[in-house]
Amino acid sequence: MSRVQHATRSSQIGVALIAVALVVLALAPFWAERSTLRLLAEIFTFVALASLWNLLAGYAGLVSVGQQAFVGLGGYFLFALVVLLDVHPVAAIFLAGPVGALVAIPVAALVFRLRGAYFAIGTWVVAEVFRLLASQVSVLGGGSGISLPAGAVIAMAASRQMREFEIYWLALALTALVLAAMVVLLRSRHGLALTAIRDNELAAQSNGIDVWRIKFVVYVLTAFGTTMIGALIFLTKLRISPETAFSVNDWTAFVIFITVIGGIGRIEGPIIGTIVFFVLRQALADLGSFYMLMMGAVAIVVMLWAPKGLWGLIAERFGWQALPLQRHLLLVPKDSGARS
Amino acid sequence: MQWGNVIIQGVLIGGLYAMFAAGLSLIFGVMRLVNIAHGDLIVLAAYVALMVRQALGIDPLTSLILVTPIMAAIGYALQRGLLNRTLGDDLLPPLLVTFGLSVIIQNGLLELFTADSRRLQAGAIEIQTFQVAEGLWIGVLPFIQFAVAVIVIAALQSLFYRTPLGRAFRATSDDQAVAQLMGLDTRHVFAMAMALSLAVIAIAGVFLAVRANFDPAIGPARLIFGFEAVIIGGLGNMWGTLAGGIILGVSQAIGAQIDPGWQLLAGHIVFLAILAVRPQGLFPKVSG
Amino acid sequence: MSDPLLEVRGIDVFYGDFQALFGVLLCVNAGEVVTVIGANGAGKSTLLKSIAGLMPLGRGDILFDGARISAAAAFDVVKRGIALVPEGRRLFPSLTVEENLLIGGQSRRPGPWTLKRVYELFPVLAERRRLPAPALSGGQQQMAAIARALMSNPRLLLCDEISLGLAPIVVRDIYARLPAIVAEGLSLIVVEQDIAQALKAARQVYCLQEGRIALQGQAGELTRESISAAYFGV
Repeated sequence: MSRVQHATRSSQIGVALIAVALVVLALAPFWAERSTLRLLAEIFTFVALASLWNLLAGYAGLVSVGQQAFVGLGGYFLFALVVLLDVHPVAAIFLAGPVGALVAIPVAALVFRLRGAYFAIGTWVVAEVFRLLASQVSVLGGGSGISLPAGAVIAMAASRQMREFEIYWLALALTALVLAAMVVLLRSRHGLALTAIRDNELAAQSNGIDVWRIKFVVYVLTAFGTTMIGALIFLTKLRISPETAFSVNDWTAFVIFITVIGGIGRIEGPIIGTIVFFVLRQALADLGSFYMLMMGAVAIVVMLWAPKGLWGLIAERFGWQALPLQRHLLLVPKDSGARS
Repeated sequence: MQWGNVIIQGVLIGGLYAMFAAGLSLIFGVMRLVNIAHGDLIVLAAYVALMVRQALGIDPLTSLILVTPIMAAIGYALQRGLLNRTLGDDLLPPLLVTFGLSVIIQNGLLELFTADSRRLQAGAIEIQTFQVAEGLWIGVLPFIQFAVAVIVIAALQSLFYRTPLGRAFRATSDDQAVAQLMGLDTRHVFAMAMALSLAVIAIAGVFLAVRANFDPAIGPARLIFGFEAVIIGGLGNMWGTLAGGIILGVSQAIGAQIDPGWQLLAGHIVFLAILAVRPQGLFPKVSG
Repeated sequence: MSDPLLEVRGIDVFYGDFQALFGVLLCVNAGEVVTVIGANGAGKSTLLKSIAGLMPLGRGDILFDGARISAAAAFDVVKRGIALVPEGRRLFPSLTVEENLLIGGQSRRPGPWTLKRVYELFPVLAERRRLPAPALSGGQQQMAAIARALMSNPRLLLCDEISLGLAPIVVRDIYARLPAIVAEGLSLIVVEQDIAQALKAARQVYCLQEGRIALQGQAGELTRESISAAYFGV
């Protein structure tokens, strides 16, 4: 008789801490300043984007430098629904997910014909195509972009304060959902397959795992999440243009750096990475392009000398886990009572 | 004969795209590395040419004599010092390190030169044309660039298949361990390949600088053009890459003629179409 | 008695945590043919790879011509005069037969082995010089691999299981060429699972069993029984 136990001592502490943090964060509108709320919301969206990229690259082995395609798709979809069809912005966010997934299907069919780094550049080409197409859509501002009409903004909530609270809670909720979905996925049978692919793709394949199909599903699911987050991001910004919607710097470079520094292939990585990223950003705020240069250099150094990132270093040193994702097989002796 | 001139222009710029691609596919062939910073290195070469011009006042084509060895040396040092450490079975390190490199080069250039658009003047030759038939004109400079592209590709083929260095490239690409048994220091072989790639990039960069306005941000687009030319043409075949570049150039030219906003889109769509219908490319080498 | 050409002094070799060789001692004198026999997994290939510089030593030393080569990289070892014919031939598939030979001569030392000389030894290779290497039969590939190693003009040739996967008549043919190679002044280490062939070719015999030298002696003096016992660890 045996059962699989997911939790470890450190993960039990981790889950407790996260639960406390969630409550504190949910109540933030009541204890935090406006600028802090905005910063927190931004942090949440980056945690979500980075976690999704991590799922794709760190677990499924699909390194995409084109996820900005879906961020921009989410933004433009929201603006299209709100501006052209008068849909409520929050509803548009939730509709964006399925749309992103649908678009991802033919995109995956194309880019999956490429392997490795060529796959990466292929995803970039797709993002470029989306950007160019967006510039051609004049009803949504063409090349110069468009602002969210006042009517839609009011529809969200009457006062600016309530709107900001709404956006904050949406960001928190979406990010929590993304992370929860990832934990559920990774604890499942499919998650085991995914972890196997992360560790050794060839071995996973020879063990009968349908690698192609799993990668396809992960790509579509990641697009689902990324598109929704994209919709939220541009609702927050109140304005969209092809440049900002499909910016490689904002939606891919930062995300990659965050995940690399935090730790690829571990769910805690993007969380740590985002915190480090924002601390650095506050510290180096006025340095412009030199700041980006530094991030690039740090990412290279981390990739070469600490490829598992900060969390990887910590987790290996102390054997910690913040979330219950391990699998321990507990053997329960037949004659005596259960003992862990 | 408007369309005739359009197609001619497309063919000629295809030569430049093929040069973007040649350096990329050389490296992939020898060490299975795709250099995400490839396009940014082309832009770096353009800025190096700018600096040489500002310091010595010589014309761009002559400045190649300096720019090429400078870039080749950068390539050797880059591979030996940094990129050799990323080679191995894992896909992530080379990809992410060259991505980081791309960001560093772009922002470094931005810091040094600002975002201002630059252009390298080549003199009267820029606007000279010659007539080949009734209503059909060919620009002298684009023609020279195309001819140089063909020469470069022929030279690379020759180097790969007829020289000891080319043998060393092919052997190391086949089997690194046994290549070492032949007395080849594979670290050096890889560095030589990267130096060669950057030499080609130098030529492409100078031509780019003369042909169009450039600024630190245009690197990724050049990478994408080179990549599309490689995929359209087929992996492992340099002449196929030339064909791929030409097809891309012509597609863009036709797109631009229909509507200026469609220039880039036309190229991407042709690329995606070929990816969908014939993913191995039009002229792939059989053994790949 | 002059110093040995090659001295392997008590080497330990590891694959990660797994120890493959335990204190292996071996000597090759100039002009000698030494054979190392042993079952699958005994460590024979590991021994040759360590001598050739493809594997780092955990402990111990290797001396060639009096100089320490324990830490030398593979491309350095070749330049000093040791050439390895790797297990499984491992010709370069992108190269033709002749190109394979030419690249063998990439780091050539002064000596008698030229393309012409190598074609004299293996005429069948001359006939097929322009074919891609994979087009050759197993036996021909083995000859090409040996020829490629000779092109660097080594003083010591390491042959890793040259009979593997080949028909007996082909194996005999290849072994028949070895005396010509030795006559030019080369020393040989021949690693084999095929004991009969190995004992005919060599004077000194070492038997490896699970990473340890279990037996050592002159080919003519060792008995069937003692070899069997050492080989199988009975």
